[in-house]
Amino acid sequence: MIREFAAIDVYYLLLAARWTLALTALAFVGGGLFGIVVALMRVSPFMPLRALGAAYVNVVQGIPLLGWLFVFFFGLPILASVQVSSWVAATVAFSFYAGAFLGEIWRGCLQAIPRQQWEAGAALGLGFGEQLRHVIVPQAVRVAIPPTVGFLVQLIKNTSLGAVIGFVELTREGQLTNAATYRPFTVYIAVAAIYFAMCFPLTQLSRRLERRLRVAR
Amino acid sequence: MNYRFNFRDIWAQTDFILEGILVTLALTVVTMLSGLVIGTLGAAARVHGPRWLSTMVAAYVEVIRNTPLIVQLFLVFFGLPSAGIRLDAMTASMIALGINLGAYSTEIIRAGLEAIPRTQVEAGRCLGLSGVQVFRHVVLFPAIKVIYPALSSQFVLIMLATSVVSQISAPDLFHVASIIQSRTFRDFEIYAVVSGIYLALALAMKLGFAAIHHLAFGRR
Repeated sequence: MIREFAAIDVYYLLLAARWTLALTALAFVGGGLFGIVVALMRVSPFMPLRALGAAYVNVVQGIPLLGWLFVFFFGLPILASVQVSSWVAATVAFSFYAGAFLGEIWRGCLQAIPRQQWEAGAALGLGFGEQLRHVIVPQAVRVAIPPTVGFLVQLIKNTSLGAVIGFVELTREGQLTNAATYRPFTVYIAVAAIYFAMCFPLTQLSRRLERRLRVAR
Repeated sequence: MNYRFNFRDIWAQTDFILEGILVTLALTVVTMLSGLVIGTLGAAARVHGPRWLSTMVAAYVEVIRNTPLIVQLFLVFFGLPSAGIRLDAMTASMIALGINLGAYSTEIIRAGLEAIPRTQVEAGRCLGLSGVQVFRHVVLFPAIKVIYPALSSQFVLIMLATSVVSQISAPDLFHVASIIQSRTFRDFEIYAVVSGIYLALALAMKLGFAAIHHLAFGRR
């Protein structure tokens, strides 16, 4: 039975956008943890760790996100011998995916700090960990914020693919609304507008932070 | 873990997988070309065009870059028919992917054009070069050098992103995977194999672009 596309549908879409944001937040936290590990591996003085970090990044970035979603969705039950919900599969897959990108971004930020800063730390008798903690990271964080906010936009957009494993977020809700109302153009314009409303402010913020950083230097 | 992996059913579908790979590659090449054309025109409009055109292109870039590809694809494939424009899955995919890549490459190419200092152009004119010569020797080649790394990694990203067209059943590699999944019920195996194929394609593209970079810019 086909019903009209009405204000209530926009309301439902907005409600579903919460799950888009929730998945983004989870993926950002999970991806952040992976990312820190990867970034540290890639700047570590120990070659095998650097190579392992690079391999992780290359493999994750060389496979489409859809591939990861399905591999985790069907692979986790095999590994754990239990059915996993689309929540678990999506969170794991997105964290895994975001970790590679955040790791690369943060590695770049760590490496943007001049070598002499490391050497100065070493000259003061600090170990690798201490140099990182007291000298490098405090400076790198300032550089890292604009691209990290920029990646958050990518992440919000990418959560739309969670729809394919049945995760009900904004895009999936759009598909469901379309199935009920058969107003694809209106529905997807509304969906796109909600994504835009979430992403555009972040894009602008990232840009402004970057400009401020450039002026400060 | 007492799952028994079975890849035999998947090897039996090699020809079908190959067809999918060809469709994915074709989509990628068409998208790269159209994205490059849109990007070049867009960047030219942004940098040299009249105010209204520049604003319109800026709006296009922002709208595309702040909405997901899959929604853009759904709008073209499911949305346009209500405006009387009915497209098959492949055409809709090419259009959506081209529009998407066009926005990203507009930004990349614009950055390249803006990276050439105005004083360089003036210096070229002072040396008696014609407008075309200045464009060719002073603007174009250095700009391509600036653009190349970002653009080539964007091309790899769009190749991976073509997998999204499986959601409107364009017969690309990922769609082939879902058909094989429903035929064999070997869901993990098929997606693992197909992911490996994408990885190989991505690495091959990266190597190819690196080789071209080396040939074109290496000796300078």
